[in-house]
Amino acid sequence: MGGLQRGSAAIVGVAESDLGAVAAEISPIDLMAQGIHRALADCGLALKDVDGLVCATAQSRTSGLNLAEYLGISPAFIDTTILGGSSFMFHVAHAQMALQLGLCQVAVIAYGSTQRTIGRRHASVHEYNPYETPFHPFLPSTAYALAASRHMHQFGTTREQLAAVAVAARQWALLNPVAWEKKPLSVPEVLAARMISYPFTVRDICLVTDGGGAVVMTTAERARSLKKPPAYVLGCGQAITHANISSMPDLTVTGALASGKAAYDMAKLGPGDIDVLELYDAFTINTILFLEDLGFCAKGEGGRFVEGGHIAPGGGLPVNTNGGGLSYCHPGMYGLFLLIEATRQLRGECGARQVAGCETAIAHGNGGVLSSQSTVILGVEATV
Amino acid sequence: MERIAQSPLAVYQAYLDRGELAYQWSLEASRAVFYPRLICPYTGSERLEWRLSAGLGTVYATTVTHPRDGAPYNVALIDIDEGFRLMSRVEDIAPDAVAIGMRVKFRLHRPGGDEPPYPVFVPVATPTLPSPGPAGGA
Repeated sequence: MGGLQRGSAAIVGVAESDLGAVAAEISPIDLMAQGIHRALADCGLALKDVDGLVCATAQSRTSGLNLAEYLGISPAFIDTTILGGSSFMFHVAHAQMALQLGLCQVAVIAYGSTQRTIGRRHASVHEYNPYETPFHPFLPSTAYALAASRHMHQFGTTREQLAAVAVAARQWALLNPVAWEKKPLSVPEVLAARMISYPFTVRDICLVTDGGGAVVMTTAERARSLKKPPAYVLGCGQAITHANISSMPDLTVTGALASGKAAYDMAKLGPGDIDVLELYDAFTINTILFLEDLGFCAKGEGGRFVEGGHIAPGGGLPVNTNGGGLSYCHPGMYGLFLLIEATRQLRGECGARQVAGCETAIAHGNGGVLSSQSTVILGVEATV
Repeated sequence: MERIAQSPLAVYQAYLDRGELAYQWSLEASRAVFYPRLICPYTGSERLEWRLSAGLGTVYATTVTHPRDGAPYNVALIDIDEGFRLMSRVEDIAPDAVAIGMRVKFRLHRPGGDEPPYPVFVPVATPTLPSPGPAGGA
Protein backbone atom coordinates (compact mmCIF):
# COMPACT_ATOMS: atom_id res chain seq x y z
CA MET A 1 0.00 0.00 0.00
CA GLY A 2 1.12 3.56 -0.45
CA GLY A 3 2.40 5.54 -3.37
CA LEU A 4 0.36 6.89 -6.23
CA GLN A 5 -2.62 4.71 -7.09
CA ARG A 6 -3.28 3.81 -10.71
CA GLY A 7 -6.29 5.79 -11.92
CA SER A 8 -6.90 7.67 -8.64
CA ALA A 9 -6.95 11.03 -10.46
CA ALA A 10 -7.67 12.28 -13.94
CA ILE A 11 -7.10 15.18 -16.29
CA VAL A 12 -10.54 16.61 -16.93
CA GLY A 13 -9.92 19.96 -18.60
CA VAL A 14 -7.24 21.15 -21.00
CA ALA A 15 -6.59 24.32 -22.97
CA GLU A 16 -3.89 26.27 -24.68
CA SER A 17 -3.62 30.00 -24.11
CA ASP A 18 -2.81 32.22 -27.06
CA LEU A 19 0.13 30.67 -28.90
CA GLY A 20 2.80 31.69 -31.36
CA ALA A 21 3.40 35.41 -31.06
CA VAL A 22 1.12 36.96 -28.44
CA ALA A 23 0.01 40.58 -28.12
CA ALA A 24 2.52 43.14 -26.89
CA GLU A 25 2.82 43.48 -23.09
CA ILE A 26 0.98 40.19 -22.44
CA SER A 27 2.67 38.57 -19.44
CA PRO A 28 3.32 34.88 -18.69
CA ILE A 29 0.82 35.18 -15.83
CA ASP A 30 -1.80 36.56 -18.27
CA LEU A 31 -1.29 33.45 -20.39
CA MET A 32 -1.58 31.15 -17.35
CA ALA A 33 -4.83 32.83 -16.32
CA GLN A 34 -6.21 32.65 -19.86
CA GLY A 35 -5.28 28.97 -20.05
CA ILE A 36 -6.92 28.26 -16.67
CA HIS A 37 -10.10 30.07 -17.67
CA ARG A 38 -10.33 28.07 -20.89
CA ALA A 39 -9.42 24.74 -19.28
CA LEU A 40 -12.06 25.21 -16.56
CA ALA A 41 -14.65 26.00 -19.26
CA ASP A 42 -13.51 22.81 -21.05
CA CYS A 43 -14.62 20.69 -18.08
CA GLY A 44 -17.45 22.80 -16.68
CA LEU A 45 -15.71 23.84 -13.47
CA ALA A 46 -15.17 27.38 -12.18
CA LEU A 47 -12.36 29.22 -10.48
CA LYS A 48 -14.21 28.88 -7.14
CA ASP A 49 -13.77 25.11 -7.41
CA VAL A 50 -9.96 25.38 -7.66
CA ASP A 51 -8.15 24.67 -4.39
CA GLY A 52 -4.89 23.37 -5.84
CA LEU A 53 -2.57 25.65 -7.81
CA VAL A 54 0.45 24.31 -9.66
CA CYS A 55 2.52 26.29 -12.13
CA ALA A 56 5.94 26.97 -13.60
CA THR A 57 7.50 29.55 -15.90
CA ALA A 58 11.06 30.65 -16.50
CA GLN A 59 9.98 34.29 -16.34
CA SER A 60 8.78 34.62 -12.75
CA ARG A 61 10.78 33.66 -9.68
CA THR A 62 7.63 33.36 -7.57
CA SER A 63 5.04 32.47 -10.19
CA GLY A 64 2.83 30.75 -7.61
CA LEU A 65 2.43 33.98 -5.65
CA ASN A 66 1.85 36.03 -8.76
CA LEU A 67 -0.69 33.63 -10.22
CA ALA A 68 -2.65 33.19 -6.97
CA GLU A 69 -2.83 36.96 -6.52
CA TYR A 70 -3.88 37.45 -10.14
CA LEU A 71 -6.67 34.88 -9.82
CA GLY A 72 -7.73 36.11 -6.38
CA ILE A 73 -7.45 32.69 -4.79
CA SER A 74 -5.69 31.29 -1.75
CA PRO A 75 -5.18 27.64 -2.68
CA ALA A 76 -5.00 24.88 -0.05
CA PHE A 77 -2.30 23.14 -2.09
CA ILE A 78 0.39 24.87 -4.09
CA ASP A 79 3.41 23.55 -5.96
CA THR A 80 5.80 25.43 -8.20
CA THR A 81 8.37 22.73 -8.84
CA ILE A 82 10.60 23.78 -11.72
CA LEU A 83 12.93 21.25 -13.33
CA GLY A 84 12.89 22.49 -16.90
CA GLY A 85 10.43 21.54 -19.61
CA SER A 86 9.40 18.32 -17.87
CA SER A 87 8.13 20.25 -14.82
CA PHE A 88 4.50 19.70 -15.80
CA MET A 89 4.81 15.91 -15.74
CA PHE A 90 6.26 16.21 -12.26
CA HIS A 91 3.28 18.47 -11.52
CA VAL A 92 0.83 15.76 -12.59
CA ALA A 93 2.37 13.36 -10.08
CA HIS A 94 2.36 16.03 -7.36
CA ALA A 95 -1.26 16.98 -8.09
CA GLN A 96 -2.27 13.32 -8.06
CA MET A 97 -0.56 12.97 -4.69
CA ALA A 98 -2.44 15.97 -3.32
CA LEU A 99 -5.77 14.75 -4.70
CA GLN A 100 -5.22 11.25 -3.39
CA LEU A 101 -4.38 12.57 0.09
CA GLY A 102 -7.35 14.94 0.05
CA LEU A 103 -5.12 18.01 0.26
CA CYS A 104 -7.20 19.52 -2.53
CA GLN A 105 -10.17 18.57 -4.72
CA VAL A 106 -9.45 20.39 -7.98
CA ALA A 107 -5.93 21.24 -9.08
CA VAL A 108 -4.92 23.36 -12.06
CA ILE A 109 -1.48 23.12 -13.65
CA ALA A 110 -0.54 26.24 -15.62
CA TYR A 111 2.24 27.57 -17.81
CA GLY A 112 2.94 30.77 -19.67
CA SER A 113 5.85 32.16 -21.68
CA THR A 114 6.41 35.20 -23.83
CA GLN A 115 9.96 34.29 -24.87
CA ARG A 116 9.38 35.04 -28.56
CA THR A 117 7.97 38.50 -27.86
CA ILE A 118 10.59 39.55 -25.32
CA GLY A 119 13.52 37.52 -26.69
CA ARG A 120 15.00 34.29 -25.38
CA ARG A 121 17.84 36.09 -23.66
CA HIS A 122 15.39 37.92 -21.41
CA ALA A 123 13.03 35.00 -20.89
CA SER A 124 15.39 32.69 -19.02
CA VAL A 125 18.44 33.24 -16.89
CA HIS A 126 21.57 31.45 -18.03
CA GLU A 127 23.56 30.53 -14.97
CA TYR A 128 27.32 30.92 -15.17
CA ASN A 129 29.07 27.58 -14.84
CA PRO A 130 32.84 27.99 -14.39
CA TYR A 131 33.43 24.49 -15.78
CA GLU A 132 31.36 24.94 -18.95
CA THR A 133 30.68 28.60 -19.74
CA PRO A 134 34.30 29.41 -20.78
CA PHE A 135 33.83 27.04 -23.75
CA HIS A 136 30.76 28.97 -24.96
CA PRO A 137 28.35 26.09 -25.38
CA PHE A 138 25.26 27.46 -27.13
CA LEU A 139 22.83 25.99 -24.62
CA PRO A 140 20.81 23.95 -24.85
CA SER A 141 21.64 23.15 -28.51
CA THR A 142 25.33 22.32 -27.99
CA ALA A 143 24.52 19.87 -25.20
CA TYR A 144 22.00 17.93 -27.27
CA ALA A 145 24.40 18.03 -30.23
CA LEU A 146 27.02 16.33 -28.06
CA ALA A 147 24.48 13.60 -27.26
CA ALA A 148 23.70 13.25 -30.96
CA SER A 149 27.43 12.92 -31.73
CA ARG A 150 27.62 9.93 -29.40
CA HIS A 151 24.52 8.32 -30.88
CA MET A 152 25.91 8.73 -34.40
CA HIS A 153 29.29 7.36 -33.30
CA GLN A 154 28.00 4.35 -31.39
CA PHE A 155 25.02 3.34 -33.50
CA GLY A 156 25.62 4.81 -36.94
CA THR A 157 22.65 7.15 -36.67
CA THR A 158 22.64 9.58 -39.62
CA ARG A 159 21.68 13.20 -40.14
CA GLU A 160 19.00 11.96 -42.54
CA GLN A 161 17.47 9.88 -39.76
CA LEU A 162 17.48 12.89 -37.44
CA ALA A 163 15.85 14.91 -40.24
CA ALA A 164 13.15 12.25 -40.59
CA VAL A 165 12.00 13.18 -37.08
CA ALA A 166 11.60 16.82 -38.10
CA VAL A 167 9.78 15.88 -41.29
CA ALA A 168 7.33 13.63 -39.42
CA ALA A 169 6.65 16.39 -36.92
CA ARG A 170 5.98 18.81 -39.77
CA GLN A 171 3.55 16.40 -41.41
CA TRP A 172 1.60 16.15 -38.16
CA ALA A 173 1.71 19.94 -37.74
CA LEU A 174 0.10 20.42 -41.13
CA LEU A 175 -2.91 18.56 -39.68
CA ASN A 176 -3.05 20.86 -36.63
CA PRO A 177 -4.80 24.20 -37.30
CA VAL A 178 -3.01 25.98 -34.43
CA ALA A 179 0.50 24.78 -35.31
CA TRP A 180 3.07 27.51 -35.94
CA GLU A 181 4.55 25.96 -39.10
CA LYS A 182 2.26 25.86 -42.13
CA LYS A 183 4.51 24.65 -44.98
CA PRO A 184 5.74 21.15 -45.86
CA LEU A 185 9.32 20.20 -45.01
CA SER A 186 11.64 17.65 -46.65
CA VAL A 187 14.76 15.82 -45.46
CA PRO A 188 17.03 17.75 -47.91
CA GLU A 189 15.56 21.04 -46.61
CA VAL A 190 16.38 20.05 -43.02
CA LEU A 191 19.96 19.15 -43.99
CA ALA A 192 20.46 22.36 -46.00
CA ALA A 193 19.11 24.71 -43.34
CA ARG A 194 21.41 26.97 -41.30
CA MET A 195 23.82 24.94 -39.15
CA ILE A 196 23.54 25.69 -35.43
CA SER A 197 25.55 23.01 -33.64
CA TYR A 198 26.59 20.00 -35.70
CA PRO A 199 24.72 17.77 -36.50
CA PHE A 200 21.76 20.10 -35.91
CA THR A 201 20.53 22.67 -38.36
CA VAL A 202 17.84 25.10 -37.27
CA ARG A 203 15.27 22.51 -38.49
CA ASP A 204 16.55 19.91 -36.02
CA ILE A 205 15.78 22.35 -33.22
CA CYS A 206 12.47 23.33 -31.65
CA LEU A 207 10.65 26.54 -32.42
CA VAL A 208 10.93 29.67 -30.34
CA THR A 209 7.33 30.74 -29.72
CA ASP A 210 5.20 32.28 -27.02
CA GLY A 211 2.47 30.22 -25.45
CA GLY A 212 0.92 28.70 -22.39
CA GLY A 213 -2.06 26.80 -21.17
CA ALA A 214 -3.53 24.79 -18.35
CA VAL A 215 -4.62 21.33 -17.32
CA VAL A 216 -7.32 20.68 -14.71
CA MET A 217 -7.07 17.58 -12.53
CA THR A 218 -9.46 16.11 -10.02
CA THR A 219 -10.19 12.82 -8.28
CA ALA A 220 -11.44 9.88 -10.33
CA GLU A 221 -14.83 10.05 -8.58
CA ARG A 222 -15.39 13.70 -9.35
CA ALA A 223 -13.96 13.32 -12.86
CA ARG A 224 -16.81 11.01 -13.88
CA SER A 225 -19.40 13.72 -13.18
CA LEU A 226 -17.81 16.34 -15.45
CA LYS A 227 -18.45 17.41 -19.03
CA LYS A 228 -15.93 15.38 -20.96
CA PRO A 229 -14.46 11.87 -20.72
CA PRO A 230 -11.62 11.87 -18.17
CA ALA A 231 -8.04 11.02 -19.05
CA TYR A 232 -7.06 8.92 -16.05
CA VAL A 233 -3.53 9.02 -14.72
CA LEU A 234 -2.52 5.37 -14.99
CA GLY A 235 1.18 5.80 -14.38
CA CYS A 236 3.80 8.37 -13.39
CA GLY A 237 7.56 8.01 -13.24
CA GLN A 238 10.46 10.37 -12.94
CA ALA A 239 14.23 10.39 -12.97
CA ILE A 240 16.97 12.98 -12.70
CA THR A 241 20.44 12.00 -13.92
CA HIS A 242 22.44 15.27 -13.93
CA ALA A 243 22.10 19.02 -14.39
CA ASN A 244 24.92 19.87 -16.81
CA ILE A 245 25.75 17.84 -19.90
CA SER A 246 29.35 17.27 -18.76
CA SER A 247 27.92 15.32 -15.81
CA MET A 248 25.55 13.08 -17.79
CA PRO A 249 26.74 9.51 -17.19
CA ASP A 250 26.06 8.15 -20.70
CA LEU A 251 24.96 10.55 -23.42
CA THR A 252 23.04 7.83 -25.26
CA VAL A 253 20.94 6.65 -22.31
CA THR A 254 18.50 9.05 -20.66
CA GLY A 255 16.56 8.99 -17.42
CA ALA A 256 13.54 8.05 -19.55
CA LEU A 257 14.66 4.47 -19.10
CA ALA A 258 13.95 4.73 -15.36
CA SER A 259 11.00 7.14 -15.56
CA GLY A 260 9.35 4.96 -18.21
CA LYS A 261 9.83 1.80 -16.18
CA ALA A 262 8.29 3.40 -13.10
CA ALA A 263 5.33 4.67 -15.12
CA TYR A 264 4.79 1.30 -16.83
CA ASP A 265 5.01 -0.50 -13.47
CA MET A 266 2.38 1.76 -11.92
CA ALA A 267 0.15 1.52 -15.01
CA LYS A 268 0.66 -2.25 -15.32
CA LEU A 269 1.20 -1.60 -19.01
CA GLY A 270 4.10 -1.91 -21.43
CA PRO A 271 5.12 -0.12 -24.61
CA GLY A 272 3.01 -2.52 -26.68
CA ASP A 273 -0.13 -1.27 -24.90
CA ILE A 274 0.35 2.40 -25.80
CA ASP A 275 -1.68 3.88 -28.67
CA VAL A 276 -0.13 7.34 -29.02
CA LEU A 277 3.14 8.94 -27.88
CA GLU A 278 3.72 12.58 -27.12
CA LEU A 279 7.50 12.93 -26.60
CA TYR A 280 9.38 16.09 -25.71
CA ASP A 281 11.08 16.88 -29.04
CA ALA A 282 13.18 19.94 -28.30
CA PHE A 283 15.71 18.42 -30.73
CA THR A 284 15.39 15.65 -33.28
CA ILE A 285 17.70 13.38 -31.25
CA ASN A 286 15.22 13.53 -28.34
CA THR A 287 12.51 11.60 -30.15
CA ILE A 288 15.01 8.89 -31.08
CA LEU A 289 16.39 8.63 -27.54
CA PHE A 290 12.95 8.48 -25.94
CA LEU A 291 11.60 5.90 -28.40
CA GLU A 292 14.53 3.72 -27.36
CA ASP A 293 14.48 4.41 -23.63
CA LEU A 294 10.69 4.02 -23.38
CA GLY A 295 10.98 0.61 -25.04
CA PHE A 296 9.53 1.18 -28.52
CA CYS A 297 12.73 -0.04 -30.15
CA ALA A 298 16.08 -1.38 -28.99
CA LYS A 299 18.88 0.97 -27.89
CA GLY A 300 20.64 2.22 -30.99
CA GLU A 301 17.75 1.34 -33.33
CA GLY A 302 15.95 4.67 -32.99
CA GLY A 303 17.42 6.17 -36.15
CA ARG A 304 16.29 3.28 -38.30
CA PHE A 305 12.93 3.20 -36.44
CA VAL A 306 11.96 6.71 -37.56
CA GLU A 307 12.88 6.18 -41.22
CA GLY A 308 10.31 5.78 -43.96
CA GLY A 309 7.60 7.81 -42.25
CA HIS A 310 7.17 5.26 -39.45
CA ILE A 311 6.25 7.95 -36.89
CA ALA A 312 4.55 10.27 -39.41
CA PRO A 313 0.80 10.39 -40.12
CA GLY A 314 -0.21 7.04 -41.60
CA GLY A 315 2.94 5.36 -40.22
CA GLY A 316 3.22 2.45 -37.81
CA LEU A 317 3.38 4.45 -34.57
CA PRO A 318 1.77 7.89 -34.03
CA VAL A 319 4.33 10.15 -32.32
CA ASN A 320 3.94 13.86 -31.56
CA THR A 321 0.58 14.20 -33.22
CA ASN A 322 0.27 17.94 -32.56
CA GLY A 323 3.41 18.64 -34.61
CA GLY A 324 5.65 18.72 -31.56
CA GLY A 325 8.03 21.32 -30.28
CA LEU A 326 9.66 21.14 -33.70
CA SER A 327 6.65 22.41 -35.68
CA TYR A 328 3.65 23.18 -33.45
CA CYS A 329 4.74 25.32 -30.51
CA HIS A 330 7.70 25.61 -28.14
CA PRO A 331 7.65 28.45 -25.62
CA GLY A 332 10.71 27.12 -23.73
CA MET A 333 9.12 24.66 -21.31
CA TYR A 334 7.03 22.52 -23.60
CA GLY A 335 5.83 19.71 -21.34
CA LEU A 336 2.32 21.01 -20.66
CA PHE A 337 1.41 20.78 -24.34
CA LEU A 338 2.20 17.06 -24.39
CA LEU A 339 -0.41 16.53 -21.66
CA ILE A 340 -2.94 18.64 -23.56
CA GLU A 341 -2.48 16.71 -26.80
CA ALA A 342 -2.48 13.30 -25.10
CA THR A 343 -5.78 14.15 -23.38
CA ARG A 344 -7.36 15.37 -26.61
CA GLN A 345 -6.28 12.22 -28.43
CA LEU A 346 -7.91 10.08 -25.71
CA ARG A 347 -11.11 12.14 -26.04
CA GLY A 348 -11.12 11.84 -29.83
CA GLU A 349 -11.05 15.62 -30.31
CA CYS A 350 -8.14 15.87 -32.73
CA GLY A 351 -9.88 16.13 -36.09
CA ALA A 352 -7.64 15.38 -39.07
CA ARG A 353 -4.79 14.18 -36.85
CA GLN A 354 -6.93 11.97 -34.59
CA VAL A 355 -5.48 8.52 -33.95
CA ALA A 356 -8.33 6.01 -34.35
CA GLY A 357 -9.33 4.02 -31.28
CA CYS A 358 -6.91 5.82 -28.98
CA GLU A 359 -7.28 4.47 -25.43
CA THR A 360 -3.82 4.97 -23.92
CA ALA A 361 -1.22 7.68 -24.34
CA ILE A 362 2.23 8.55 -23.07
CA ALA A 363 3.18 12.15 -22.39
CA HIS A 364 6.92 12.15 -21.80
CA GLY A 365 8.64 15.28 -20.53
CA ASN A 366 12.30 16.24 -20.72
CA GLY A 367 14.01 19.08 -18.91
CA GLY A 368 17.35 20.83 -18.83
CA VAL A 369 19.90 19.13 -21.08
CA LEU A 370 18.37 15.63 -20.99
CA SER A 371 18.57 16.17 -17.21
CA SER A 372 15.08 15.54 -15.86
CA GLN A 373 12.76 12.94 -17.36
CA SER A 374 9.16 12.41 -16.36
CA THR A 375 6.68 10.01 -17.94
CA VAL A 376 2.90 10.16 -17.56
CA ILE A 377 0.66 7.41 -18.91
CA LEU A 378 -2.97 8.39 -19.44
CA GLY A 379 -5.91 6.19 -20.33
CA VAL A 380 -9.64 6.30 -21.03
CA GLU A 381 -12.32 4.89 -18.68
CA ALA A 382 -12.07 1.39 -20.21
CA THR A 383 -8.39 1.13 -19.23
CA VAL A 384 -8.87 1.89 -15.54
CA MET B 1 32.89 22.89 12.62
CA GLU B 2 35.78 23.98 10.48
CA ARG B 3 35.08 26.90 8.20
CA ILE B 4 36.01 26.43 4.53
CA ALA B 5 39.01 28.65 3.83
CA GLN B 6 39.08 28.26 0.05
CA SER B 7 36.27 27.15 -2.25
CA PRO B 8 36.74 24.03 -4.39
CA LEU B 9 36.63 26.29 -7.45
CA ALA B 10 39.30 28.58 -6.04
CA VAL B 11 41.61 25.62 -5.38
CA TYR B 12 41.01 24.27 -8.88
CA GLN B 13 41.79 27.65 -10.39
CA ALA B 14 44.91 28.08 -8.26
CA TYR B 15 46.23 24.83 -9.74
CA LEU B 16 45.40 26.08 -13.22
CA ASP B 17 47.23 29.33 -12.49
CA ARG B 18 50.33 27.16 -11.98
CA GLY B 19 49.63 25.30 -15.23
CA GLU B 20 48.29 22.17 -13.56
CA LEU B 21 45.04 20.30 -14.20
CA ALA B 22 43.80 19.11 -10.82
CA TYR B 23 40.89 16.96 -9.78
CA GLN B 24 39.61 15.41 -6.59
CA TRP B 25 39.97 11.82 -5.51
CA SER B 26 37.31 10.36 -3.23
CA LEU B 27 39.06 8.23 -0.61
CA GLU B 28 35.86 6.37 0.25
CA ALA B 29 34.63 5.80 -3.31
CA SER B 30 38.15 5.21 -4.67
CA ARG B 31 37.34 7.18 -7.78
CA ALA B 32 37.84 10.59 -9.29
CA VAL B 33 35.36 13.42 -8.66
CA PHE B 34 34.86 16.29 -11.09
CA TYR B 35 33.83 19.12 -10.94
CA PRO B 36 35.46 19.85 -7.57
CA ARG B 37 33.11 20.00 -4.61
CA LEU B 38 32.89 19.72 -0.82
CA ILE B 39 31.05 16.39 -0.69
CA CYS B 40 31.70 13.24 -2.71
CA PRO B 41 28.65 12.57 -4.93
CA TYR B 42 29.23 8.80 -4.74
CA THR B 43 29.44 8.39 -0.97
CA GLY B 44 28.49 11.68 0.71
CA SER B 45 31.92 11.72 2.31
CA GLU B 46 33.98 14.86 2.88
CA ARG B 47 37.18 12.89 2.37
CA LEU B 48 38.26 14.32 -0.97
CA GLU B 49 41.91 14.86 -1.75
CA TRP B 50 43.38 16.88 -4.60
CA ARG B 51 45.43 15.11 -7.25
CA LEU B 52 47.16 16.24 -10.41
CA SER B 53 46.14 14.83 -13.75
CA ALA B 54 48.77 13.75 -16.27
CA GLY B 55 46.60 15.67 -18.73
CA LEU B 56 45.92 12.86 -21.19
CA GLY B 57 42.44 11.96 -22.34
CA THR B 58 40.10 10.82 -25.10
CA VAL B 59 37.37 12.77 -26.89
CA TYR B 60 34.04 11.38 -25.63
CA ALA B 61 31.66 13.64 -27.58
CA THR B 62 32.16 16.56 -29.95
CA THR B 63 30.24 19.23 -31.82
CA VAL B 64 30.94 22.31 -33.88
CA THR B 65 28.88 25.26 -32.77
CA HIS B 66 28.14 27.93 -35.39
CA PRO B 67 27.60 31.40 -33.96
CA ARG B 68 25.62 33.90 -35.99
CA ASP B 69 28.72 36.08 -36.13
CA GLY B 70 32.22 34.69 -36.09
CA ALA B 71 33.90 31.42 -36.90
CA PRO B 72 32.51 28.00 -35.95
CA TYR B 73 34.22 26.48 -32.91
CA ASN B 74 34.59 23.12 -31.25
CA VAL B 75 32.95 22.09 -27.98
CA ALA B 76 33.88 18.65 -26.70
CA LEU B 77 33.59 16.40 -23.69
CA ILE B 78 36.93 14.85 -22.77
CA ASP B 79 37.33 11.66 -20.74
CA ILE B 80 40.54 12.13 -18.78
CA ASP B 81 42.62 9.02 -18.14
CA GLU B 82 42.35 9.39 -14.35
CA GLY B 83 38.61 8.75 -14.62
CA PHE B 84 36.77 12.04 -14.90
CA ARG B 85 35.09 13.95 -17.70
CA LEU B 86 35.07 17.65 -18.46
CA MET B 87 33.84 20.07 -21.07
CA SER B 88 36.55 21.70 -23.16
CA ARG B 89 37.59 22.18 -26.77
CA VAL B 90 40.26 20.67 -28.99
CA GLU B 91 42.59 23.21 -30.58
CA ASP B 92 45.27 23.14 -33.29
CA ILE B 93 43.00 21.30 -35.75
CA ALA B 94 39.86 22.32 -37.61
CA PRO B 95 36.81 22.12 -35.31
CA ASP B 96 35.13 19.56 -37.58
CA ALA B 97 38.28 17.40 -37.60
CA VAL B 98 37.83 16.65 -33.90
CA ALA B 99 36.64 13.05 -33.67
CA ILE B 100 35.29 10.84 -30.92
CA GLY B 101 38.03 8.51 -29.71
CA MET B 102 40.84 10.95 -30.56
CA ARG B 103 43.65 11.02 -27.98
CA VAL B 104 44.27 14.51 -26.64
CA LYS B 105 46.47 16.25 -24.11
CA PHE B 106 45.91 19.19 -21.79
CA ARG B 107 47.15 22.68 -22.62
CA LEU B 108 46.51 25.72 -20.48
CA HIS B 109 44.63 28.54 -22.14
CA ARG B 110 45.04 32.03 -20.71
CA PRO B 111 42.25 34.19 -22.14
CA GLY B 112 43.65 37.31 -20.52
CA GLY B 113 41.80 40.19 -18.92
CA ASP B 114 39.76 39.24 -15.87
CA GLU B 115 38.97 35.78 -17.20
CA PRO B 116 40.79 32.98 -15.36
CA PRO B 117 42.81 30.37 -17.28
CA TYR B 118 41.06 27.19 -18.35
CA PRO B 119 42.03 23.81 -19.81
CA VAL B 120 41.90 23.16 -23.54
CA PHE B 121 43.21 20.12 -25.38
CA VAL B 122 45.31 19.38 -28.45
CA PRO B 123 45.75 16.13 -30.35
CA VAL B 124 48.42 13.87 -28.87
CA ALA B 125 49.65 12.99 -32.35
CA THR B 126 50.20 16.42 -33.85
CA PRO B 127 49.16 16.36 -37.50
CA THR B 128 51.68 17.39 -40.13
CA LEU B 129 51.30 21.08 -40.89
CA PRO B 130 50.17 23.00 -42.81
CA SER B 131 48.13 20.52 -44.85
CA PRO B 132 47.41 16.80 -44.48
CA GLY B 133 50.72 15.28 -45.48
CA PRO B 134 51.64 11.71 -46.41
CA ALA B 135 50.59 8.88 -44.12
CA GLY B 136 52.73 8.45 -41.03
CA GLY B 137 53.21 12.17 -40.63
CA ALA B 138 52.39 11.80 -36.96
